[in-house]
Amino acid sequence: MIPPLIVRRAQELGLGLIAITDHNACDNASAVQEAARGSGVTVLPGLELQTREEVHILCLFFSSQSCRQWHDHVQALLPDLPNDEDHFGPQFVVDATGEWARTEERLLAASADLTVEEAVQGVHSLGGLAIAAHVDRPSYSLISNLGFIPQNFRADALEVTPRFVPSTGYAKWPQLADWPLVVSSDAHRLCEMQRRTLFRIADPKGSDLPMALRGEGGRSARVHWPAA
Amino acid sequence: MVTLRDVVRKLELEVLTGEGLLDRPVSSGYAADLLSCVIARAKSGGVWVTLQSHANVVAVASLLGLAGVIVTEDGRPDDDILARAESEGVVLLGTPSTTFTVVGSLTALGVREASSAV
Repeated sequence: MIPPLIVRRAQELGLGLIAITDHNACDNASAVQEAARGSGVTVLPGLELQTREEVHILCLFFSSQSCRQWHDHVQALLPDLPNDEDHFGPQFVVDATGEWARTEERLLAASADLTVEEAVQGVHSLGGLAIAAHVDRPSYSLISNLGFIPQNFRADALEVTPRFVPSTGYAKWPQLADWPLVVSSDAHRLCEMQRRTLFRIADPKGSDLPMALRGEGGRSARVHWPAA
Repeated sequence: MVTLRDVVRKLELEVLTGEGLLDRPVSSGYAADLLSCVIARAKSGGVWVTLQSHANVVAVASLLGLAGVIVTEDGRPDDDILARAESEGVVLLGTPSTTFTVVGSLTALGVREASSAV
């Protein structure tokens, strides 16, 4: 995923807002932001956090400083293990043109030592957006790992995978009816990028996304569901 | 049938909650860290071994009517989780041992999976 190609693909798909969420790190977000300058595509910096319960939480921010603060906090809570490239692949950090900048040596495919509730609280304290990732997946998800959505869980939304079908999904997980759902592509390749969630917002930089997820102030979030 | 008290003594477990409930018989055993699997497979009256220490552990144990939960690798639940377990009659037992070792010891004590316990 090379920054200028991500931006070009976003333009082709008509995406006005995307987020870069590497595993437990935000080091590649600024390169994509830079590559997107003047393109009409807003890039939110973020990361996909893995909590103590091995639950993935998307953490999105509206300022690079807040994102970096959260990144530093998360990194300090990761086990100090080296990445094994044979198993997990190399962890590249690139610049805005896609040139190699450095290789992250520390293992990012690990759990940070904080609970899902602490994660949401921490993200919110920095003004960010916390979304439980791919809750309909059988692994690394809130529902599979914790059985059901915890009582004190205060995320802004739940993400379901592009394969989620409402008619069967809500029947399988009735708790989802209490939550705003979003679909993002979780793209690891350009061809996986999709345009599935439509936000009606006033700020093109996305700072009113939390309002949109709550359906406040004329803002809204609407998912294009696949045919059942 | 072994009781929780026997298990606590033999495995040298720390009683985190439910001190007064250790006479409960242990009818079966189950081990997993994915709570969705536990909900689907663990049986009432059984003991569950996990390294998860999230609040939902207490909710699942209560929901299923488990005899108790052994939290391995020093996974220490927060005080509010312990309070909730205490009030719901959920026995939480702690140990620095791994799930592997605990399950081995339970098997040696005669505890079996529900399906093969008949």
